Amino acid sequence: MLVFLIRRIAQSAIVVAIMSVLVFTGIFAIGNPIDVLISPEADELERAAAIARLGLDRPLHEQFFAFAGNALSGDLGISFVHGVPAVELVLERFPATLELALLAMIIAVLIGIPLGIWAGLRPDSPAGRIIMAGSILGFSLPTFWVGMLLIMAFAVSLGWLPASGRGETVDVFGIPFSFLTADGLKHMLLPALNLALFKVSLVIRLARAGTREVALQDYVRFARAKGLSPARIVGVHILKNIMIPVVTVLGLEFGSVIAFSVVTESVFAWPGMGKLLIDSILLLDRPVVVAYLLVTVLLFIVINLVVDVLYSLLDPRIRLGGAKA
Amino acid sequence: MTAAAPASAPKVQTPLKRFVVEFFDSRVAVLGLGLLVLVVSSALLAPWIAPQDPYDLSKLDIMSGMLPPGSADMDGNVFWLGSDEQGRDLLSAIIYGLRTSLLVGFSSTAMALAIGLIVGMIAAYVGGSTDATIMRLVDIQLSFPAILIALILLAVLGKGVDKVIIALTAVQWAYYARTVRSAALVERRKEYVEAAQCLALPKQRVVLHHLLPNCLPPLIVVATVQVAHAITLEATLSFLGVGVPVTQPSLGMLIASGFDYMLSGEFWVSVFPGLALLITVVSINLVGDQMRDVLNPRLQH
Repeated sequence: MLVFLIRRIAQSAIVVAIMSVLVFTGIFAIGNPIDVLISPEADELERAAAIARLGLDRPLHEQFFAFAGNALSGDLGISFVHGVPAVELVLERFPATLELALLAMIIAVLIGIPLGIWAGLRPDSPAGRIIMAGSILGFSLPTFWVGMLLIMAFAVSLGWLPASGRGETVDVFGIPFSFLTADGLKHMLLPALNLALFKVSLVIRLARAGTREVALQDYVRFARAKGLSPARIVGVHILKNIMIPVVTVLGLEFGSVIAFSVVTESVFAWPGMGKLLIDSILLLDRPVVVAYLLVTVLLFIVINLVVDVLYSLLDPRIRLGGAKA
Repeated sequence: MTAAAPASAPKVQTPLKRFVVEFFDSRVAVLGLGLLVLVVSSALLAPWIAPQDPYDLSKLDIMSGMLPPGSADMDGNVFWLGSDEQGRDLLSAIIYGLRTSLLVGFSSTAMALAIGLIVGMIAAYVGGSTDATIMRLVDIQLSFPAILIALILLAVLGKGVDKVIIALTAVQWAYYARTVRSAALVERRKEYVEAAQCLALPKQRVVLHHLLPNCLPPLIVVATVQVAHAITLEATLSFLGVGVPVTQPSLGMLIASGFDYMLSGEFWVSVFPGLALLITVVSINLVGDQMRDVLNPRLQH
């Protein structure tokens, strides 16, 4: 286990190093931020002063080493547009994305598991077929378009829910959260539902496949023979056994929910990290793009590592270390 | 599909024939195929079937802007799906938009398939540290979501149809490399490969004529599903403003440009392109699902 952890952390460090070189040189190549940032009326002197202030007059490798040195101490530069440290800006937006992603995951489980079990118990019934057709649709529908339809239906036509923003927030340890107020929850519902759509389809498929397999096992037949109520069989014997694959896949998918929130946040103007990334790409705000990517890469590495370790703990058949070729 | 067919001609039923017969067993799949043919042919024939050339600015009349679906302008031209703010017929814009979407989807898949095929074959056939390095690279890439990688690449490359194709190719190759490698590893242990090697056939011949055709079925299935994936991804990227340029709009771009009007109740500008995208993706997925069932050796008796 220890060997596995050390090897993984070393590998991750290499990945982060390679990513930062690629991202830095890549981002350097896009457009000239000066054109965006400095008003066209500025004279030559003002331009030169601004370029020197942002460090853009130095050669590329010098800029990179300055960047890498600072990055190791947690400083990824100052946003060209906002004038505050880029990491701070990204981390400040992180709670908004996190609470959205978590609510989306909860929705995916609450909707996906019952539907999946239902479809798994009666795979040939009309309801089972409709659920499966729905899940194919969920995979096929483009997220951003569904988001727009949700806005049109629930915000524009019916006027039940707000279409954008975070609503009222409450500070917990100085970090604002929306899920603690009724207004905030109302603002969260549509974007979270939108973000959950893809995962609902995934959970339905996993739960259905698991149920079909588990329902034929001897212990389920035995429970039935003992005269246990169907509710107890489904709720205890089946549910427990289908949860392992569902939890694993959802853990691995959590990173992709964070990544996909880029789309949902843009549709619903949700002030999270994803919206920040798109805005920064469009405004050529290099430090923020780099900071977002590095923060996300770290997040992914941590998620993957945690899932791998948890998986080996949950399922004793999995051995880390040697088996990983 | 055709690559596997001619090999076993003396049999009564060729694999291709069996594939076709089994494919047409499912009515849903046939419906999907029909829709797909409709979509692809209308994209190919766009200049002849579209009521209007949506990019010929001289044909556009701002007076017929934002017409609801089914209404006609003063010259009697009917806008079946309505028009946008510049008086562009939405049906024509969708047909032309399909062209861009399908072009990006199919060409990026084809390129990724070619790269993945070569890389995966090398990994499986050479083995050893080459295999380990390639697969580690594939693992690392697949641990990041496609959309994130595509976003980074496009942030670097800038806008453009060619750039979207490059980004989507870079995103997809790893899936194929992995699929090809695992198929090739299974196949190369079979007797026919051993027999070919015993005959002292040159290495390229063994790989290209013996191994490759037998690795194709799983690859075709992955490729079909990936085309749908690529089309959706392109639409998403264009919606976010980092995809295709305004001069060559895809379906995603059309949907994005209708977003602002949606809030004021003018739904058609973005709903219809979205429906077109949905039909395209669903029909490809239906065809892909059925292909997987037919080509899956585990389900064959």
